[in-house]
Amino acid sequence: MTREELPNLAESKLTALVVDDNFVNQSIHQKLLARLGITNEVVCNGKEAVDAHCSGRNYDLILMDMDMPIMNGIQATKRLREMGIESKIAGVTTRANEGEKKEFMEAGLNDFQEKPLTISKLLSILHKFDFYVQT
Amino acid sequence: MNTIVVGQLQRQFQDYIVSLYQQGYLDNQFTELRKLQDEGSPDFVAEVVSLFFDDCAKLINDMSTSLERPDHVDFKQVDSGVHQLKGSSSSVGARRVKSVCIAFKECCDVQNREGCLRCLQQVDYEYKMLKTKLQDLFNLEQQILQAGGTIPQVSMN
Repeated sequence: MTREELPNLAESKLTALVVDDNFVNQSIHQKLLARLGITNEVVCNGKEAVDAHCSGRNYDLILMDMDMPIMNGIQATKRLREMGIESKIAGVTTRANEGEKKEFMEAGLNDFQEKPLTISKLLSILHKFDFYVQT
Repeated sequence: MNTIVVGQLQRQFQDYIVSLYQQGYLDNQFTELRKLQDEGSPDFVAEVVSLFFDDCAKLINDMSTSLERPDHVDFKQVDSGVHQLKGSSSSVGARRVKSVCIAFKECCDVQNREGCLRCLQQVDYEYKMLKTKLQDLFNLEQQILQAGGTIPQVSMN
């Protein structure tokens, strides 16, 4: 897909939260979202994601890494669902064996993608959540 | 703008980046990264790879410390470092670094300290080699821009 063909979802006013402890991945995921016109913020672990919601912030989409210090993605996803957070949560991780994927999904994910994240994978996530309809 | 000079530089750039893919330094994820660079963030790729190289230096240093004492190796710590490094190398398309990380993980899994030390040395070599290669690539980009040209999009399909 060329740059010119990328959808611009700015009009949808979607918001996203990137939850990842790795600065490289934070930069890339934020850039991917920004390229599609999605306003986004970043936090470094699951606890900060939970705290952000406790402070009243809410997001349409959460990109959740699995392995993080303090509170990992599985714990954070469970906690957010317990809090009644209904945002779409997509697990994004390099750990992809079936057992780990199952555990992460059962924590409350809506979708799962293997890293590295690309424009195509992000569009797949957005399409699954009806945030983006391919024309 | 000297179109002949720009043309030569652009060809040099194309040949060089293709060689980096062919020699296994980079994979398609680097192509994905380049697609994200635009007028609003003209140094995006350089900034992200710079973060990656900082990550490499720190993680390698931490793992080196964990592997130092033969009688007291924290393989869990080493495994964690390898996992992080594999993740970020995968994210930027650093193919050789990622390959070493896969072998490194296998050594961790069987608690092979000597194997881990060899992998550590190799991953250190590979990231530094890639750093030099990418610096040369970015220098070529700058020369093209300074000569008034545009950076070619190189398809690896």
